[in-house]
Amino acid sequence: MSDITAPTRFTPSAARTPPLLTTGPIGWLRANLFSSWLSTAVTLLLGYLLVRWAMGFVDWAFVKAIWSVETGADGRPLTQPCRVNREGACWAVVTENHRFILFGLYPYDEQWRPLVACILFVGLYIVSAMRRFWRKELALIWAVTLTVIGILMWGGVFGLTFVDQERWGGLPITLILSTFGLAFAFPLAILVALGRRSNLPAVKIICVLYVELIRGVPLISLLFMASVVFPLFLPEGLNIDKLLRAQVAVILFAGAYLAEVVRGGLQALPRGQYEAADALGLSYWQKTGFIILPQALRLVIPPLVNTFIGFFKDTSLVLIIGIYDLTNAAKTAIVEPAWVGFGPEVYVFVGLIYLVFCFAMSKYSQGLEADLNRHRRR
Amino acid sequence: MNDTADLHVASAARKDAPPAIVMDKVNKWYGQLHVLKDVSLEVAFGERVVVCGPSGSGKSTMIRCVNRLEQHQEGRIVVDGIELTDDLRALDAIRREVGMVFQSFNLFPHLTVLDNCTLAPIWVRKMPKKEAEELAMEYLRRVKIPEQALKYPGQLSGGQQQRVAIARALCMKPKIMLFDEPTSALDPEMIKEVLDTMVELAATGMTMIVVTHEMGFARQVADRVVFMDQGEIVESGPPEEIFGNPRTDRLRLFLSQILRGH
Repeated sequence: MSDITAPTRFTPSAARTPPLLTTGPIGWLRANLFSSWLSTAVTLLLGYLLVRWAMGFVDWAFVKAIWSVETGADGRPLTQPCRVNREGACWAVVTENHRFILFGLYPYDEQWRPLVACILFVGLYIVSAMRRFWRKELALIWAVTLTVIGILMWGGVFGLTFVDQERWGGLPITLILSTFGLAFAFPLAILVALGRRSNLPAVKIICVLYVELIRGVPLISLLFMASVVFPLFLPEGLNIDKLLRAQVAVILFAGAYLAEVVRGGLQALPRGQYEAADALGLSYWQKTGFIILPQALRLVIPPLVNTFIGFFKDTSLVLIIGIYDLTNAAKTAIVEPAWVGFGPEVYVFVGLIYLVFCFAMSKYSQGLEADLNRHRRR
Repeated sequence: MNDTADLHVASAARKDAPPAIVMDKVNKWYGQLHVLKDVSLEVAFGERVVVCGPSGSGKSTMIRCVNRLEQHQEGRIVVDGIELTDDLRALDAIRREVGMVFQSFNLFPHLTVLDNCTLAPIWVRKMPKKEAEELAMEYLRRVKIPEQALKYPGQLSGGQQQRVAIARALCMKPKIMLFDEPTSALDPEMIKEVLDTMVELAATGMTMIVVTHEMGFARQVADRVVFMDQGEIVESGPPEEIFGNPRTDRLRLFLSQILRGH
């Protein structure tokens, strides 16, 4: 029993490639669309319905559509051809009214001003989205851009005629409400979320009350309060602008929702992160600013953007208090007798504008998420 | 009758220097659960104390009371001459001098290894960035992973992460280091590299309190081993005495159980 053999040498076997039919597009198709007879049948049925519907839509939207109509002697559009052609879309309602839909009652000859304002807004979003501009100077860029937008919209200086806020409308209103709304609501939300987890009872109670009160009320009723009830409590002669009141209502409302999203992120962080920061002697604000928030906010990018997108669209609710945002302007455009009944075309157009902004936000957030979470990759 | 408290006091040679840590009849409850019962312990500067005991014996809670990650309700804790109270400034001062290494590493996953190490020196010690980075690289060299400085913690193995955590704590130049089961979350192959780092640290004369079940480590570096059970210090003494000649049946049972596991 004393024959000691030398240990055999362990040589790892060479790695092999997976079977051909289980990878690549073919593998994907087999796994997802044609994995069984039932799956194949469902795929074919849904595919058929999808093609049918798409063909119908293309037919309505492009093939049989009418893109413009003549203007009659009285200056009214002659929409009779559209009324006869029930199988195609009447895009004339959009082409004829696009300036009203986009800029509302803003004086016709001055509408280049809201147009430039919108372009500035979009430029501001693009610059803010680029990480290389995430420096202190960005705050300055924001301040300057918003000032320029204010000058353009109001006028009254530099030879621009003054335009009262009552006449603003369309896309600029939507962008103003959502940009200022989220720009103020987000920091507010972070403070409220932190406050809700505070050890100080007074701070905690105020934050809980704020969130629960605002969240428990529909945005519409909050807008009504801002528009109708709030002025009753103001002293005689003091009148805060309607748009500003709606803006504050949107900020407060978005703030409450975002605060809960941020709080979710704070709670998802392991306790060890707080303890490690404490053990290193970091102060509360250092811990919050360097350790907790950067991680918590990354965790909640999807629900955060979800809420952002929701609020971008919810700004359309201000039509209830008579502010002419994009949706309300579109709705008003088809009040004119010549255009009554062409709602689908107008709403498809407005819907596309919302879609462009929301889709951009969504795409950007996916990229940001992947970028900021690259530390989790191996 | 010996006063049991005397048993927990450091060797006479170090008695003339002021103690690093004094715990005097410390009591703590979680709700109704009494987790620390009249715990008294004195640790001199330069002393290495290993705390062992079954899980739930209060050993982690005890060392977490030293930098007030847990608050005690009764008794006194004095660290580096400063008593732990509700005074936040005193707490800040203590946390600057006491480094801690956790079972689950608790590195900051969104920061690189280097940033993990420099954050506290820059913001708490107000050290210039360049100096902090040089310091961090020096400690990363000492724990033998300078080449990982620009990686993120998630890209490192458990043993490497724990060594980064040790370097991060050392970058604050603490007078006292607390280790809360530093090798419990590691694969067997990685335990040794962390223990080696700790042995080297012990050789520099650092004051250390280490909660661990690594008896080999205790024998090698501990000046004193403290055995806890049910929130009390049951026995304490030099390792050869604790391991070679346990006086209580509880410690005997504990030792037989962990030795069987090895």
